[in-house]
Amino acid sequence: MRGVLLVFGVALVVFFATWAYRVNYRTQEALARVDTLYDQIAQERQTIAVLRAEWAYLNRPERLLALSEKHFSDLKLMPIHPGHFDEISRIAYPVPVVEDPVGDDPLIDMLIAAAIEEILAGSE
Amino acid sequence: MTRSPLRPIAKVLRAREDGIDPALIEAQAKAERLRKQRTAERRRAESRLILLALTFVMAFSAVGYKMTLLAASEPVEPSIVRTTTPIVNQRADIVDRNGEILATNLITTSLFAHPQEMVDARAAADGLAEIFPDLVSDDLYRIFTSERKFVWIKRKLSPEQRQAVYDLGEPGLQFGPRELRLYPNGYLAAHILGGTSFGREGVHAAEVIGVAGVELMFDDFLRDPANEGAPLELSIDISIQAAMRRVLRGGMAMMGAKGASAVLMDANTGQIIAMVSLPDFDPNHRPDPPVSGDPADSPLFNRAAQGKYELGSTFKIFTAAIAMEQGIATPDTMINTAGPLRWGRFTIRDFHDYGARLSLTDVIVKSSNIGSANLAREFGSEAQQNMLRALGFFDKLSVELPEAQRSKPLIPGNWSELSTMTIAYGHGLSASPLHLAAAYATMTNGGLKVTPTLLKTTPPPTEADRVISAETSAILRDMLRQVVTRGTASLAEVEGYQIGGKTGTADKPHPQGGYYEDKVITTFAGVFPTSDPKYVLIVSLDEPEENSGLEARRTAGWTSVPVAAEIVRRVAPLMGLRPEYFDDATNPDVTLTSN
Repeated sequence: MRGVLLVFGVALVVFFATWAYRVNYRTQEALARVDTLYDQIAQERQTIAVLRAEWAYLNRPERLLALSEKHFSDLKLMPIHPGHFDEISRIAYPVPVVEDPVGDDPLIDMLIAAAIEEILAGSE
Repeated sequence: MTRSPLRPIAKVLRAREDGIDPALIEAQAKAERLRKQRTAERRRAESRLILLALTFVMAFSAVGYKMTLLAASEPVEPSIVRTTTPIVNQRADIVDRNGEILATNLITTSLFAHPQEMVDARAAADGLAEIFPDLVSDDLYRIFTSERKFVWIKRKLSPEQRQAVYDLGEPGLQFGPRELRLYPNGYLAAHILGGTSFGREGVHAAEVIGVAGVELMFDDFLRDPANEGAPLELSIDISIQAAMRRVLRGGMAMMGAKGASAVLMDANTGQIIAMVSLPDFDPNHRPDPPVSGDPADSPLFNRAAQGKYELGSTFKIFTAAIAMEQGIATPDTMINTAGPLRWGRFTIRDFHDYGARLSLTDVIVKSSNIGSANLAREFGSEAQQNMLRALGFFDKLSVELPEAQRSKPLIPGNWSELSTMTIAYGHGLSASPLHLAAAYATMTNGGLKVTPTLLKTTPPPTEADRVISAETSAILRDMLRQVVTRGTASLAEVEGYQIGGKTGTADKPHPQGGYYEDKVITTFAGVFPTSDPKYVLIVSLDEPEENSGLEARRTAGWTSVPVAAEIVRRVAPLMGLRPEYFDDATNPDVTLTSN
């Protein structure tokens, strides 16, 4: 009986020792990964900051104005002016699309083709 | 195990037969038993001692091992306890009211040298002088061959320069990271942002500290890690600022002025939307303060917030306000304008002779000095001081700029009756254009005192801040509108925006006392739209001259006013303000539309 208990105890110790060992290494690995991720985040933030600074620099009003003047022939951009505002009531309604009552009748196409042929034949 | 009996019967019986004393045998057996017992006990004690010794050895070696480890290893922060806050910049960004970046950080490189580790000092000095034209090879060589152990060479390197220094292959030249404050918009908003410089410097980092403007004012906020990098939000709008600076620069060049400033302020909250002072500077390369000459001529000087000028006839509107609040005049009350008005040795004149009497409205519209002085004599100095104090002309500005907070308006020490009369038309009291902007906002927004501010989150004033009644404010707006429609500021008319405003032309004071004959400061203080004031605009030109006519014209009506009109024309649509075409003469409540 004592022998069985002893063997069982030793087995239990070995099992838990292995478990603790593995958990320890897994934890260290996870911590190392967290470290790497923090480094990456920091690097990404740095990149974002640089890109934002670059974006702000490229979009500074002075440069945009110079660019809009340089490409005026293509873009036709000009500073906004009080005359650019107007009443909605003064904007014309879009012309309504009128449906063709005949539609896509193949007969019409045939008649047109025949008429063209007739005209061509007549002009010869 | 064979058990031996306590009394050795066999031996005793044998001894009796042989005639030996059996007690002896018993004693021998007892002695043998005791000896065995002692041996066993000693063995047990020995093993315990060994165990104890082992325990101690292990415990001490464990402690010793840990101590050696601690002593030999580099100190690191505990890795289990982690910060969950994101890694933030050393200094927070500054953004405008729409979130556009006004100031941010960039990591660059600094260059330093360890002369003791140099391999070839001559080559390093020559190479550096070639990369950086401002360095002199011989000076560097002298430093590199001296006894010094450490020397800074450059505080900011571009990536190209860094690579070039790398390529020199000199182990004595080393790099450190360096955070750099970047102002992507350059000159725009230079006076508001101020600038930064390096504080305490180390090899691995350097402290970036604000030296002026909001960078200095909010230095603690910007550097506080508890904000987790939250940006500082200003009330200014960079596109408006850009448009205003452009127009003002053009106007300044056209009028030959040596300086100019403009302030655009939200009339209801006191938030500064744009503030320009020319000449200006690039905060990325902030110049050093001038050591000689007038500091007010330096580009670093913020004319809009630091400058103290006599603001001239723009003050007449305050005179009219006091008269109406005191109940001594209505817009139609006739005021004596017969001139010139003599007071002791002092004579007050008008630009033109306006006849014997003008209504209060016309005193403002035609800008009569005599009429204003006569009114001021009637309500007296105390009422005037109370009003100007309430409007903030006695105090330093509370706007978030350290330079402005040091600049106190110049008020007469002895507020005589003559002072009262001259201040009624804006002479004898010097204040900044920003003071004037806040006062005009207060006068026109319905009478609630506003405080100029650069922060986006400033609450509007409440009824507790009332300075004048809403009715007086409405009348003043009407007067200001008439100055534009039929008065001195007729060039300010921008169709659709109902600008109201007042001009002011003041002779510049001579440093040796007295005033210049031909040097003026012209100011236009305006508000638009007058039916529901949203913005106050102050434009001030230093020594302008308009030369399109036969003789040079220097009045505000010919100089500041057209510039102000152009600013409104450019800036109001940018702010999304719809032009509304009223017929002022008939009914201002009906919008005329055509179909």
